[in-house]
Amino acid sequence: MATEAMRVSGLTVSLGGRPVLDRVDLAVAPGETVGLIGPNGAGKTTLLRAVLGLLKPESGTVRTGAGRPGYVPQKHEFTWDFPITVQGAVLNARARWLRGPNRDDRAAAAEALDRVGLADLAKRPVGELSGGQRQRVLVARALARRPSLLLLDEPFTGVDVPTQELLTDLLARLAGEGAAILMTTHDLAQARATCTRLCLLNRTVVADGPPAELTDPGLWLRAFGVAASGELKALLTGTERPQ
Amino acid sequence: MIEWLAEPWSHVFMQRAFAVAVMSAVVCVAVGAFVVLRGMAFIGDAVAHAVFPGVAIGFVLHVNLTLSGAAAGVATALAIVLISQTRRLKEDTVIGIFWAGSFGLGIVVVSSQDSYTGDLTSFLFGQILALGDGDVLLVGFAGLALVLATFLLRRQLIAVSLDRETARASGLPVLALDIALYVMVTVAIVISLQAVGNILVLALLVTPAATARLLTDRLGPMVLAGCALAAFGALAGLYLSFYYNLAAGGLVVLVITGMFVLAWLFAPRHGLLARRRS
Repeated sequence: MATEAMRVSGLTVSLGGRPVLDRVDLAVAPGETVGLIGPNGAGKTTLLRAVLGLLKPESGTVRTGAGRPGYVPQKHEFTWDFPITVQGAVLNARARWLRGPNRDDRAAAAEALDRVGLADLAKRPVGELSGGQRQRVLVARALARRPSLLLLDEPFTGVDVPTQELLTDLLARLAGEGAAILMTTHDLAQARATCTRLCLLNRTVVADGPPAELTDPGLWLRAFGVAASGELKALLTGTERPQ
Repeated sequence: MIEWLAEPWSHVFMQRAFAVAVMSAVVCVAVGAFVVLRGMAFIGDAVAHAVFPGVAIGFVLHVNLTLSGAAAGVATALAIVLISQTRRLKEDTVIGIFWAGSFGLGIVVVSSQDSYTGDLTSFLFGQILALGDGDVLLVGFAGLALVLATFLLRRQLIAVSLDRETARASGLPVLALDIALYVMVTVAIVISLQAVGNILVLALLVTPAATARLLTDRLGPMVLAGCALAAFGALAGLYLSFYYNLAAGGLVVLVITGMFVLAWLFAPRHGLLARRRS
């Protein structure tokens, strides 16, 4: 097995004196797509930010492979009214000091736009895009840096069905090319369809395994603090809910 | 008509005024574009007012007013950046505290002086018609440095404006870039004080860039159009001041504010009339 793209060991993080993550262990290998699932406030985004080096852990370690991880933030993190085109926004993700984009930068940006299906809209101001198109711009900005580890924060929230399908397909291709992917999501059906592994998080890792194995309602009870409903169980096992 | 246009240029004080006003306008727009796009207008206002106690203290201590004003402005800007990093307080709250605090300090310092001095009022309201060659050179060199710095840092400034977190995650020194931008705003304000004065400088910083934003969806054209509008406003204001003997700084601000109102009404895509029609 190839070396891990990312390993978090015993990660404990407090924000404003409040413990948010408690001794979290998680590793993602190249080719894996791991879904980070948990209720609001479970520390999903905090875990991503710790992996990105945006906050200092109280204890524990974060190791990532070569190069900085690619990051796809939630849509509201981005200034959509900035006067810049789709192409400009993606090229800017590779901004260099004191030098303009070179041929490699342009090629990477064009390839990223192509992969998210926005090549036709390259010249459009970002402020004129739909929710789904905006999500694709954020993914293209991350891909333009050609990361070996890709972190996505709620990529399926508030996007249209075509974009959901495109993203699912794109993530599968990226994983097939050897990228390691870690994403937070609320959408269990989508997570089940997209991810090779799910990690149930509620301040600490409650369960970690392939979707097919996480059928024990007790795990979900502990992760979400609710009983696994028939619907939830149907989603997890892939069976139709009995009417 | 040509005579009307040429007449002011025969006076040396008007030549200097034209040069300083146009250069100030261009410099303010280059920096002001980021001020407008990041919603930082209030910090421009705070720094402009923070310069006031610096000028007052410089006057009391008999040191160069421009330098003491710049020092006070930079110190205030740094205090705002650093205290804003504690995300418990919103930036505009921190700005409000320093805005009022520094102005209070300035008032106390001024009240310690017996005579209400012309030198000090000129910094509050501008002294565009009483400039020396040294003033022109100072604005020229500082302005050139500022435009160059903005040009060289523009990609990183854009990255931080677009998405702070991703910029940090990709390894950009976001705090250093924030400080650089605030210092650049301060220097732009200080060198523009002579043109329009402490109180009206915000108009040069914000209004032309905001007007240009209504006209275009690209940053490059926005900055160029903003510079052209600001330079035109500076020239027009000075002509009006020359022929009607009215306050130059105020007229410059009125002209650029008038252009903003016109753009708000008639801009091709984002103007009020265009939106009504669509």
